[in-house]
Amino acid sequence: MDDLYRDEILEHYRNPHNFGTLNEPSAVHEGANPLCGDRITLMLGINDEGTVEAVAFTGRGCAISQASASMLTDEIKGKPLAEIARLGRQDVLDSLGIEISPARLKCALLSLDTLRHALDGRIEWQGSTDES
Amino acid sequence: MAIVRSLDPVAVRADFPIFERDFNGRRLAYLDSAATSLKPRVVADAVAGYLTRYSANIHRGVYQIAEEATAAYEDARATIARFINAPSPREIVMVRNATEAINLVAHSWGRQHVGRADTVVLTELEHHSNLVPWQLLTQEKDADLEFVPIDDDGRLVLDTYEALLRTHPRLVSFPHVSNGIGTINPAREMVELAHARGALVLVDGAQAVPHQPVDVQALGCDFYVFSGHKALGPPGSGALWARRQLLEEMPPFLSGGDMILEVHLRRTTFNRVPHKFEAGTPDISAAIGLGAGLDYLSAIGMDAVRAHERELTDYGLEVLPRAVPGLRIYGPLSSSERGGIITFNVPGVHPHDVATILDRAAVSVRAGHHCTMPLHERLGEAATVRASFGVYNDRDDIDRLAEGLAGVVRLFSR
Repeated sequence: MDDLYRDEILEHYRNPHNFGTLNEPSAVHEGANPLCGDRITLMLGINDEGTVEAVAFTGRGCAISQASASMLTDEIKGKPLAEIARLGRQDVLDSLGIEISPARLKCALLSLDTLRHALDGRIEWQGSTDES
Repeated sequence: MAIVRSLDPVAVRADFPIFERDFNGRRLAYLDSAATSLKPRVVADAVAGYLTRYSANIHRGVYQIAEEATAAYEDARATIARFINAPSPREIVMVRNATEAINLVAHSWGRQHVGRADTVVLTELEHHSNLVPWQLLTQEKDADLEFVPIDDDGRLVLDTYEALLRTHPRLVSFPHVSNGIGTINPAREMVELAHARGALVLVDGAQAVPHQPVDVQALGCDFYVFSGHKALGPPGSGALWARRQLLEEMPPFLSGGDMILEVHLRRTTFNRVPHKFEAGTPDISAAIGLGAGLDYLSAIGMDAVRAHERELTDYGLEVLPRAVPGLRIYGPLSSSERGGIITFNVPGVHPHDVATILDRAAVSVRAGHHCTMPLHERLGEAATVRASFGVYNDRDDIDRLAEGLAGVVRLFSR
């Protein structure tokens, strides 16, 4: 029936990667889409070299928002902030690997948006998030 | 006793051009009439007719097409009055939608009559459009807002309503039918109780006018509002009905051209009702279109419409729980107390995911909070799925919904 809900997405939804909390996170942010009840709390452990050593998230919401968060945490783990700051909306959509309609875009981008806010003040964001 | 004509959805769909489209080879199963209704060809033709054949401004010109436009617009007003059994078209103010109608009452009547420490009584069911204007009014006036709660079945707790009435509120307002969960409220009884305590009543009829017979005189309320776009009309049409005496006493809402009689540099006299409340050039074609939409519904007969939707509701309440074990349905479970609306949740699946998957099968439902965030807080849910019925729906649409939901369950339990 569904490319949108392909196995990989459902797998990330059912068994999200890096799900949980960090004891002493360097950065935290809670993002939400109040309109639909999607929420993500992202925690980052950043070392002195500016690399994301540890990442964890908790959340609840639709499959797209949670799967996207799970995939994003895999993507950023072990990466330097400078590289993470170049992540944009297309990278998120590429990881999800599916067509997202405008109505669901907010769900898909919630995790990236949360990440941006978590790193606010630490780094200048380069990637396009295109929140018109 | 009149025989209720029965409605033939197949024949009805032939009147709605949108069904000529196919969606992935399937007919559209549109189950979101509570958000807006689809439009019959006669409505589109009425709009196009104005725009192409007599698109003059109204109330001003003395040439032929101006007279034609004015007549068509005022005919629409008369059609609206008849449709809700208002005593006169003079008591119908044409507006863009129910939201505008409510804002009109809040600004025009509310600011004059609601003062410091006064109370306005609403319910936990309110659509944001019948909540936010009253919040702003009571905040501005330092007045109080009280809410009639619902019980766990989605019915208003009338004991609490009566208790709140003892504070002698200035105004009571509630939905005739809840757009969120479908509850049909005991409107006439609530109006009587309110009047006994000296309160005026505004009934939000947005979800009632398109789906059941409405008689504002029998209801006895003071203000009644509805949106044209939910009643087969174009977006940009709608009406406020109010008692003549109230309209006479109320100051204007929006001001400018057409709502005036005489204008001098430093003083102006206002037009008679209802034109006093219609400033500027209105959405003329939308009003004419709404007239055509209401005529279409009248030809079917609102008793037949209600009977049809009630039958679909019964069917839905029966088959949907079979398709989804543990389906949570909100609101009263008997169709006699529920409009053609079934709001539900699939255990473990977010409404957005449900709606997206159903969309693949050309089944359109609404996912979210349906402009009733406080109601959803009360239900303890961030979001729900809502299926709602109209004259073009049939059991096949509900079967497709059930089939789609069974598919959702399978997909998410693999």
